[in-house]
Amino acid sequence: MSMVIVGAGEAGVAAALRLREAGYTGALDVFGAEHHRPYERPPLSKAVLLEQNDASLPLIAAAERFEALNITYHPGVQVDQIDPARRSVRAGGVDFAYDALLLATGAQPRRLSLPGHEHVHYLRRFEDALALRQNMQPGARILIIGGGFIGLECAASARALGCEVSLVEAAPRILMRGVPEHLAQFIEARHRAEGVHFYIGTALERIETSADGLALILADGTLIAADLIVAGIGAVPETALAQAAGLRCQNGIVVDAQLRTSDPAIFAAGDCCAFPHPLYDNRMIRLEAWRNAQDQGRFVANAMLGEMADFAAVPWFWSDQYNLHLQIAGLAEGATQAVTRDLGEDARMMFHLSAEGRLLSAAGVGPIGKIAKDIRLAEMMIAHRAAPAAAALADPAVKLKGLL
Amino acid sequence: MSTQWIDACAADDIDQDDVTRFDHAGETYAIYRTEDDAYYATAGLCTHEKIHLADGLVMGNIIECPKHNGRFDLRTGEAKGAPVCINLKTYPVRVENGRVLIQI
Repeated sequence: MSMVIVGAGEAGVAAALRLREAGYTGALDVFGAEHHRPYERPPLSKAVLLEQNDASLPLIAAAERFEALNITYHPGVQVDQIDPARRSVRAGGVDFAYDALLLATGAQPRRLSLPGHEHVHYLRRFEDALALRQNMQPGARILIIGGGFIGLECAASARALGCEVSLVEAAPRILMRGVPEHLAQFIEARHRAEGVHFYIGTALERIETSADGLALILADGTLIAADLIVAGIGAVPETALAQAAGLRCQNGIVVDAQLRTSDPAIFAAGDCCAFPHPLYDNRMIRLEAWRNAQDQGRFVANAMLGEMADFAAVPWFWSDQYNLHLQIAGLAEGATQAVTRDLGEDARMMFHLSAEGRLLSAAGVGPIGKIAKDIRLAEMMIAHRAAPAAAALADPAVKLKGLL
Repeated sequence: MSTQWIDACAADDIDQDDVTRFDHAGETYAIYRTEDDAYYATAGLCTHEKIHLADGLVMGNIIECPKHNGRFDLRTGEAKGAPVCINLKTYPVRVENGRVLIQI
């Protein structure tokens, strides 16, 4: 028996560890495109930028266990090809046979295509974070394109480092994708109070160089000067290998409820896959999220060993900006009712319900102690398809634990 | 090493099935009350990213880190799976005259 995992991010590593935990003793090869030991990406926009001393690679805690668990890790080895008929992959000129193959290839930052795009930095890998860190000197003018999690986290880190920060978002508001406006306004206000300059709702035209550095010109003629431009405008699933092998791909590698691709011996998990979600009418969704990568990695290991359960974990997202903590459980899409829970001045919380009154999502921002327990309880209610009374959700005196 | 019993809080400062934070001499602790009114104490910070566990949810004998859902058995401090793999330190607890004392 042999298993091969392509990708050594959260999903690939979680799958490898789970396979051993579940008692699988056959050959297990993990291929990582990067030369590093497997590491966590969330700190790249936060702790790694802020570290005073030499930034260290935030290793996935359990990585040291690879050797003890007899997992063969191939760092910096690109998998060039899958041969589904022979059930083998070719990497570094060598063929590796598999009984089950996992594609955990992740995603790549979406690139800008406007004139001057070659001056733009992106953030995905450790080296990207080091390059940003080197440029985020006190007084440096940092221009961020994109008001999503990565852009806003970079903005907060750059302000903490004493940089001048501008943030450009072409959409009508920041955090359009997945964060309720009620919370997005609160987060934007905090960034403004910290001194971030916003340019919202205007298209980008081009980037120019000058003796003074770089300049971004917007469609309305506004010119924003900068020493460094970094873009966080979403990610594109890494599907090239899957496509070349003839696997079905549509906004990611298409998988079924057991995370199996159109080839029954090949599975996919994490940012790279599009999967049906049973809590959301089996709609095909793709998530770019740390928790999902871990959940799917653990789940898919069981599926590779023949378990037939359906993946149904509640989507969960988080962000840290300044001392603000944001958590979201579930997906609000399709909701007909929004409920606000009044947490006072320093936090906001919101729930979305379906027409039948089912809780679909919960989102909170503020000090972690004020929101995390309730978001966790809401997550459990979402998983149970609970239909809590809107009035109870709205009333901060009602403990959510009592609604479970 | 000498140890001492420290008065941490009133027994009814903590709801059943909940946790509270206690800071003493530069250290932070988490003190738990289970549904059957047993009290336990552990180190206050998650072993993954040093988040206060008192902001997390107690479910039976499990405390869950509020940030990344690392889980520990609050009675033994045992780490219960990714992303945590280092156990929590635990401390003896006794309840006297309505006060919770922990030995540190």
